[in-house]
Amino acid sequence: MPQVFPRAMNILSRASLFGSLLVAALVLWICLVYTRSPYGTAAGVMRVQQVPFSHQHHVGVLGIDCRYCHTTVEHSSFAGIPPTKTCMNCHSQIWVGSEMLEPVRASYQSQKPLQWDRVNNLPGFVYFDHSIHVNKGIGCASCHGRIDEMPFTYQAKSLLMEWCLDCHRHPEREIRPRAEVFNMKYQQPANQLELGRQLMDEYHIANETTLTSCSVCHR
Amino acid sequence: MSRKDLATDLAELEQALQGTSGRQYWRSLDELAGTAAFQKLMRREFPQQADVWPDSLSRRHFLTLMGASLALAGLSGCSVKPAPMGKIVPYVQPPREIVAGEPLFFATAQPLPGGAVGLLVESHMGRPTKIEGNPDHPASGGATSIYHQASILTLYDPDRSQTVTYQGRTRAWTEALATLRTGLEKERDNGGAAVRILSEPILSPSLARQRERLLKSLPKAKWHVYEPLLQDARLEAMRLAFGQNLDCHYAFNKADVVLSLDADFLGSEPGNLRWIADFMSRRRIRTPASDSTQASMNRLYCIETEVTCTGAKADHRLAVRVQDIEGLARAIASKLGVSTAGSSGSAGPHEKWVAAVAKDLEAHRGRVLVLAGNRQPVAVHLLAHAINQHLGNVGQTVFYSRPVTEGPSPRIESLRELADDMRQDRVRLLIVLDANPVYSAPADIKFMDALERVPLRVHLGLYQDETARRCHWHLNEAHFLETWGDARAFDGTATLMQPLIEPLYRGRSAIELVAFLATLQETPGEELVRSRWRDHWNQQTRGPKTDDAFDAFWKTSLHDGVVAGTGFPIRNVALENDWQRHLEPQASASGASSRPGDESFELAFAPDPTVFDGSFANNGWLQECPKPSTTLTWDNAALMSPDTARQLGVELGEYAHGGEHGGFKMPVVELKVEDRSVLAPAWIVPGHADHSITVHFGYGRESAGRVGGQRDQKVGFNAYAMRTSSQPWFVPNVRVTKTDRTHLLACTQQHNLMENRDLVRSASLEKFRQKPDFASEPEKQKEIDETRRAPAPLEFYPPLEPPASTPKWGMVIDLTTCVGCKACVVACQAENNIPVVGKQQVAAGREMHWIRVDRYVGGTAEAPAEFHFQPVPCMHCERAPCEYVCPVEATVHSAEGLNDMVYNRCVGTRFCSNNCSYKVRRFNFFHYADFETGSLRLQYNPDVTVRSRGVMEKCSYCVQRIRHAQIDADREERPIADGEVVTACQAACPAGAIAFGDLSNSASEAAKWRSSPLNYALLEELGTRPRTTYLAAVRNPNPELEGG
Repeated sequence: MPQVFPRAMNILSRASLFGSLLVAALVLWICLVYTRSPYGTAAGVMRVQQVPFSHQHHVGVLGIDCRYCHTTVEHSSFAGIPPTKTCMNCHSQIWVGSEMLEPVRASYQSQKPLQWDRVNNLPGFVYFDHSIHVNKGIGCASCHGRIDEMPFTYQAKSLLMEWCLDCHRHPEREIRPRAEVFNMKYQQPANQLELGRQLMDEYHIANETTLTSCSVCHR
Repeated sequence: MSRKDLATDLAELEQALQGTSGRQYWRSLDELAGTAAFQKLMRREFPQQADVWPDSLSRRHFLTLMGASLALAGLSGCSVKPAPMGKIVPYVQPPREIVAGEPLFFATAQPLPGGAVGLLVESHMGRPTKIEGNPDHPASGGATSIYHQASILTLYDPDRSQTVTYQGRTRAWTEALATLRTGLEKERDNGGAAVRILSEPILSPSLARQRERLLKSLPKAKWHVYEPLLQDARLEAMRLAFGQNLDCHYAFNKADVVLSLDADFLGSEPGNLRWIADFMSRRRIRTPASDSTQASMNRLYCIETEVTCTGAKADHRLAVRVQDIEGLARAIASKLGVSTAGSSGSAGPHEKWVAAVAKDLEAHRGRVLVLAGNRQPVAVHLLAHAINQHLGNVGQTVFYSRPVTEGPSPRIESLRELADDMRQDRVRLLIVLDANPVYSAPADIKFMDALERVPLRVHLGLYQDETARRCHWHLNEAHFLETWGDARAFDGTATLMQPLIEPLYRGRSAIELVAFLATLQETPGEELVRSRWRDHWNQQTRGPKTDDAFDAFWKTSLHDGVVAGTGFPIRNVALENDWQRHLEPQASASGASSRPGDESFELAFAPDPTVFDGSFANNGWLQECPKPSTTLTWDNAALMSPDTARQLGVELGEYAHGGEHGGFKMPVVELKVEDRSVLAPAWIVPGHADHSITVHFGYGRESAGRVGGQRDQKVGFNAYAMRTSSQPWFVPNVRVTKTDRTHLLACTQQHNLMENRDLVRSASLEKFRQKPDFASEPEKQKEIDETRRAPAPLEFYPPLEPPASTPKWGMVIDLTTCVGCKACVVACQAENNIPVVGKQQVAAGREMHWIRVDRYVGGTAEAPAEFHFQPVPCMHCERAPCEYVCPVEATVHSAEGLNDMVYNRCVGTRFCSNNCSYKVRRFNFFHYADFETGSLRLQYNPDVTVRSRGVMEKCSYCVQRIRHAQIDADREERPIADGEVVTACQAACPAGAIAFGDLSNSASEAAKWRSSPLNYALLEELGTRPRTTYLAAVRNPNPELEGG
């Protein structure tokens, strides 16, 4: 009986054996890269809001403190989004005729709230608490990036669990003195690790085992 | 599978029991008998699985499916896109108090029969989510009952009536009010002689004031009061004994000996919280030393019919028919030297019992409390008052004050008078306020027929219930969490009720409606309540009567949840000289001594332990909460003793879905009195009095809603149909016939069995003193056995060394004080977003409660000697068997020793549940949680994930509360204080039977409890090292009655 397959098929069969493994690995690799990319995490995607509010202008240029608007960041899990009233504190005096601010004035007059698109979002089973982070020396910029340089606000970090865990495993890499938490321009000193360890002691920051227990963030 | 051999099995087992020395406990009759079917089914973790599988599979097909599902299992946890971005909607003008993300607590009160209970309601951004007790309120002391916990679900119930209707069609409030205005204006000329109002007993001072205003404007109108749980005998006895209307108060914390004559004062009735706390304050046994607490450990005697929480906790319990209790009461009274004109009663076979009780009561003069239950006739109540006075308890343990309810005394006569007037066409306008007499009125009053003759009928209520459907107008009432109001507690202390949320459906309160009837003008509820209390304040205050000063008083009262100084003063009263005149000679003077004939059975009525009088019927949490002594859910039944069942030919039914997680197909019996009859499934309750059958009210609703029953799908049977006003609580002679029908009962009694491995430990106080380590001894014995076999315990895993300074959370549950009221179960359900699964799923063993309360019985089926309740949450084992078998690490240990459940990792293998020694893991077989119904979504606790299908869940020690307290403490750079973390079950518990805290801190309450010699762990011999442990039950039996 003649051979069904020609000799050349040997190479093909070998190639397909190894090739299928390669393809599987490639698919896996693409998946992993994709989930970490901005397509998967939405990091770095600017959002067009109803009012083109610029953090760059308000924080970077005017130097308004984060807590002027995000009032509850030190006391509550939620940092707080300013009510229309907070905008009107200033904008009833300045830029009163600005077209950009029309929705703000309309909201104030009609008592209908402004609606903002969420920029930083965590899945429903994650219970993040702002207050404990800022009280233990994690700067706003550590997670939110250089807000003072963002004309349109975007999510600065991936917000993936591995990103959270990086810091929960080694808080010393990110911790800064409490006085510098709201300082956007803070630069880590050369001896950050040393300072970090010292601050961890000072601020009674829990150890890695405790900080990486599931129920710390998931309930 | 038939249980024909049950009787023989029982007999054999009882013989076997006689051979053993210690007390044996069992959970169900099947377990006691140890039938083969039971054994077989108990060994399967999820026996119902096979039944549910639609068709049989070949092995190959199964493996294909298995492989595919394994391959795809991980994918369900992945999503390609980031979490969906919602909108953030900030305030325009922020309210000053609200901090986004932090809950607020507001004080209010829930009016329920027996007096209001003060509550603190947790509110998340204007959305009430959870109810706690108000520690400053006399009736609560921080605890809550199942009714308070579940009321939050009623608020959001999608079946609540949402609009005004006229003959079933939607109308506007303005139209309804216009009709009322015309109707009333017509009646005004003759003083409102044809106007009638029917309400429940009035606990609200503001409503009482509006009632007075109404009766002033319509002087000839009549206001009737009806409550289904008639207290006529209790109220009448006080009027006869003391010549005035009174209410009676008890100081259980001062009583050394308590005798309950059919009074379920430790039960789950709403007003019992304070009594449970006071009674149990005398039972906190920790050490064998004869210190002050123990020297004065109280003793409880209980004579009752059904097995209630009170009977279960009693040191001595006597089960007799309801009608026999009078004879025993007379016998005890005459032994004590209280003259019992007419008949001195006879104790019959219980001579020794009665003599011992009388002697014990006599020995503790002045520190004794005798109380009679609502069901008992006037004579028993009179005797209880007389014994209390004779023994000098009045002023010590018993106090009297003016009645808590205002307006007419709630008697059945009031309803009968109304029905007669209606029948004789003397009523042209009837307004029913929040009552449901069409469903609950005694059958002989024939309320429904009478009602139909009234030309204009208006109903105000939370639901389109039976009465609403037979009225022309139905007005949707606002829930108590939506309105301004006020209510008095059992002792008269008033609480201002404030709305927690704008009325969801624009409902109005009874106060507002009555104010409209009186003035024909709409006044907001807040103004009505304020003006009532302004007048009160004007009378009370001595300082300047300025608006500011009143505002301060108003705010303080609102904030505290009690209006200071409103408790009623104690009245010094004495028995009228001729009180014995009212002790009619007993009909069957022989009482308990006569052995009832074989064919005569008594029918006794009782409020349901969970849905109460039926007003909570549409509440899924309460329907699914297992009833304390029967552990039935979603049904009422004809409860009877094993002997009575044998006489009637009733046997334990067939397992519907498989034993351990069983629903039972029970035979249906027909109960017949005169021309009234109902069909009721039979249920056998060890410890129930023989020749008596108990049925619970609250079921068989025709128009409760999708949960509580509708005409075409009723839930349970209506026991009110068997009741007459002359025999409101028991019928001495009922004809019982077994039918061929069967009915599925969903009973959790046998769910999650751990088999009998010495799970409940108990001893008398005497034995505890002699042998303080009785609770831990069984382990030692096993340890010895174990070490003989294996040289050293094997350990696979590296020792878990928690870092210093990390708290070590643990829980201790005191079996002595647990009364089995189930408040913990419902509180846990509210706090942790636990879904309701429905009757069929409960019958398949799939109820989701994170904490269950097991009931154990000691002794024989015919004469049980002890009852125990054992709450079982997750044990948070240090060596947790569940963790070792999870293939995806969905259940792992935290540094603090919590057994964490990571829902998003869980792929639903259920290996953990299989390997759990305590059977505390619950699996979402279906999509039980409701994500769709808008109003129900409002109820969810935002701090806890709502679980979806295919996920395992279990008690988390309320980790959200731990984290909240921890973050607060951490922010302030201080260690977390003991008592700062209070779990939901612990907060609700009226008996204070649960302690939770950091075990590494020896000063913490939990650590102190744990160091007691009574401390023991469940199945400790397995080496799981549970963090939840128990304090063995200590009882205080009378040595004279021991062994008899």
